[in-house]
Amino acid sequence: MTEPLLQLRNLRVTFPGPRGPVQVVHGVSFDLGRERLGIVGESGSGKSLTGRSLLRLLKHPAKVETDRLIFDGIDLNALSEKQMRNIRGARISMVMQDPKFSLNPVMTIGTQIAEALRVHENLPRTEVKTRVRAMLDQVRIDDPDRVMKLYPHEVSGGMGQRVMIAMMLIPQPDVLIADEPTSALDVSVQAQVLDLIDTMIVGNGMALILISHDLELVARYCDRVLVMHRGRVVEELEAGQLHAATHPYTKGLLAAVPRMDETRKVLPVMDRDMEYDQ
Amino acid sequence: MTPALSIDHLFVRYGRTDVVKDVSFSVKPGESYALVGESGSGKSTILRSVVGMVRDWRGKIEVDGMPRQGRIDLAFARHCQMIFQDPYASLHPRRTVDATLLEPLKVHGIGDRAERVVQMMQDVGLDPRFRFRFPHQLSGGQRQRVAIARALMLEPRLLLLDEPTSALDVSVQAEILNLLVRIREERNLTYVLVTHSLPVVSFLCDRLGVLRHGRLVEEAGVSALRTGTFAEPYSQELYDASLGAGDRDLAALQEATRGMGM
Amino acid sequence: MTPLKLWLTADAPTSRWQAQAAQAYAIWRSFARNPLAVLGALIVGTLIVVAIFAPVLAPYTPVGQNLSMRLMPPSAEHWLGTDELGRDILSRILYGARITLLIVVMVAVISAPIGLIIGAVAGYFGGWTDRVLMAITDVFLSLPKLIMALAFVAALGAGLQNAIIAIAITAWPAYARIARAETLTFRNSEFIAAVQLQGASHLRVIGVHVLPLCMSSTIIRVTLDMAGIILTAAGLGFLGLGAQPPLPEWGAMISRGRSFILDQWWVATMPGFAIIIVSLGFCFLGDGLRDVLDPRQRDGR
Repeated sequence: MTEPLLQLRNLRVTFPGPRGPVQVVHGVSFDLGRERLGIVGESGSGKSLTGRSLLRLLKHPAKVETDRLIFDGIDLNALSEKQMRNIRGARISMVMQDPKFSLNPVMTIGTQIAEALRVHENLPRTEVKTRVRAMLDQVRIDDPDRVMKLYPHEVSGGMGQRVMIAMMLIPQPDVLIADEPTSALDVSVQAQVLDLIDTMIVGNGMALILISHDLELVARYCDRVLVMHRGRVVEELEAGQLHAATHPYTKGLLAAVPRMDETRKVLPVMDRDMEYDQ
Repeated sequence: MTPALSIDHLFVRYGRTDVVKDVSFSVKPGESYALVGESGSGKSTILRSVVGMVRDWRGKIEVDGMPRQGRIDLAFARHCQMIFQDPYASLHPRRTVDATLLEPLKVHGIGDRAERVVQMMQDVGLDPRFRFRFPHQLSGGQRQRVAIARALMLEPRLLLLDEPTSALDVSVQAEILNLLVRIREERNLTYVLVTHSLPVVSFLCDRLGVLRHGRLVEEAGVSALRTGTFAEPYSQELYDASLGAGDRDLAALQEATRGMGM
Repeated sequence: MTPLKLWLTADAPTSRWQAQAAQAYAIWRSFARNPLAVLGALIVGTLIVVAIFAPVLAPYTPVGQNLSMRLMPPSAEHWLGTDELGRDILSRILYGARITLLIVVMVAVISAPIGLIIGAVAGYFGGWTDRVLMAITDVFLSLPKLIMALAFVAALGAGLQNAIIAIAITAWPAYARIARAETLTFRNSEFIAAVQLQGASHLRVIGVHVLPLCMSSTIIRVTLDMAGIILTAAGLGFLGLGAQPPLPEWGAMISRGRSFILDQWWVATMPGFAIIIVSLGFCFLGDGLRDVLDPRQRDGR
């Protein structure tokens, strides 16, 4: 059996609080192969913290501990910050929620994408430009030469996300972590962006970790789904098996979403204060 | 019967262009009406014009038969209130829940303040223990309840809701939607709701208007969401894009059985 | 945990007063983690204590001349030496703290409210109100502090009171700009809209909702300005335009000590140290306050 691409064991994240330290992630573990893994949870579930911990992005005052964090045979915990920087972007990349906040507002789009490439590869200027243009093509932006000269505020949300994806995939990483990549976008644009991510993942043989609060969306674009609640993984499902969910939290989450053909007078409400022991 | 809200040939200007173009619709008292559309469709702008947050409009806006001048006066405040999308931004960060709920009472010189505050907190499902907390000490759902309580303090007849649950978690959204249904029934309120989520409309509303680039494209009853049939192609597109995975499966099943002549 | 601490960190305060005390406590805890900030607070605290208790703390009277003891170096009897009229320098510095504190407090009390209100009103209303108010602000902002003070004092006569007014006139524009910038960040936010929708008058919105949010940045800026104000006042005193003799104003003391600087260095440098220490204290305090007050405001999450 081949080694999984990414192995995480017993992730614990703690923050200081006014009355003592507060643990917000309690022992999350999973393996990731060359597949699409979804992590679903509401706010406070710890899903975003988990994503960031994989890239060792959480700094003081957060306290992060893992028993194991191995990527492609490399022990990420043992790396220095400098070595970690060579992994970030080049081998594991991250796309975040709102391009308004994750793109540098004072740099043109072309410059930003080029920078993402230049940080990891030493290439002559013309080749960088060619790669950037090719990348913009891949994310289905028409007229890449024009878009390259634009600033982030001059493009729509959907296009901003495509730019973000271009930036994160241009160094050809092995794993893409997408943290709520479509939550800030309109409904009709969401599907387009997710389809794009899907195509690129599959086309390049990459692995995907899709973090979202939308269980159905994640089920549509992933092979496996982890459901998180209050810092713990409460259920693991195959994507097509949502209806067979057994954990009360997952079932509650599915039932609480209003349907298009809603006939209920009252939506079932979950007892969110319940602690579920793993 | 005088409509609770009547919009007639409304144009709203922003900068040099009209962001709302010739929109007309009317909402009956006690009805729950939704304005749906994507971002940039002008739906929030219409609500803001009604309350006077946006002044550069032409056409006619009448609330309960009275034309809107654009100014917010005390009488209008007691008739119509608004609930905003972002529970983090709609509460003053330096004022406790108590102070926020007392504010409308103070402005209008209404007495029995402490009792009203506690009663209202209970009505919207807020533990009165939280009365002296600051907004940053409350969860998103709790803040939205405070915003709803604040809107209800003046006992309005018409409630405008600008994406009231978009910024909330799934489980919290369900609670707030239930709350909105309950208070509407209890107080016989009229709702005008702005949202991009069709399933929320299905749960909360009676009728909807579809907006695209500032124009009202179609009006329909909520039953259209159940059958999935719209007259205008854009509305149909919006509907199709909004179906969740569960809805799609159901729709696919319905298609399949339809084809089988059942 | 002591009962007091439990009360201060309770997650369901039972009165407005408890809620505010809890907020103050949280701010204090943040503040106390910064050693320089605490040092600054101690220095400023010492200034206040010294000013209040000068008569008790000072070994001699600040104005008692004793010509047989003039220009004595620091010794057991006179810890910081004596000046050209035989007066004990330590006592003069201690009494001088009163003058320094008076200047700093009066300037703050006059200029901060003026600046706050003008800035908040300009930011809130926008349009022509904003333009007119900011034009006025710009005029005053472009007046150089010291020269303005000189002109004022030359016109109205030397003296502590006029020095204070002169400094205050040039200090308020900066606070107006800050208050305006602060107001602009939340002017169009939903919580302001919600209050307006309740029918609150502009006066109420500005007074009850806008001004409290501008307080933090104003407090920080005023504190940081204190150092500059002290130096300006010392400059005026140095030129003989501030407090008049025999008042033990630190700047005037330095000025008097100029002639003896080479042989009796203590006459000029002791008051100089006092000015430096107090200015530094206000700078540290201001920096500490900025770290503690600003993020709270921005990141209400």
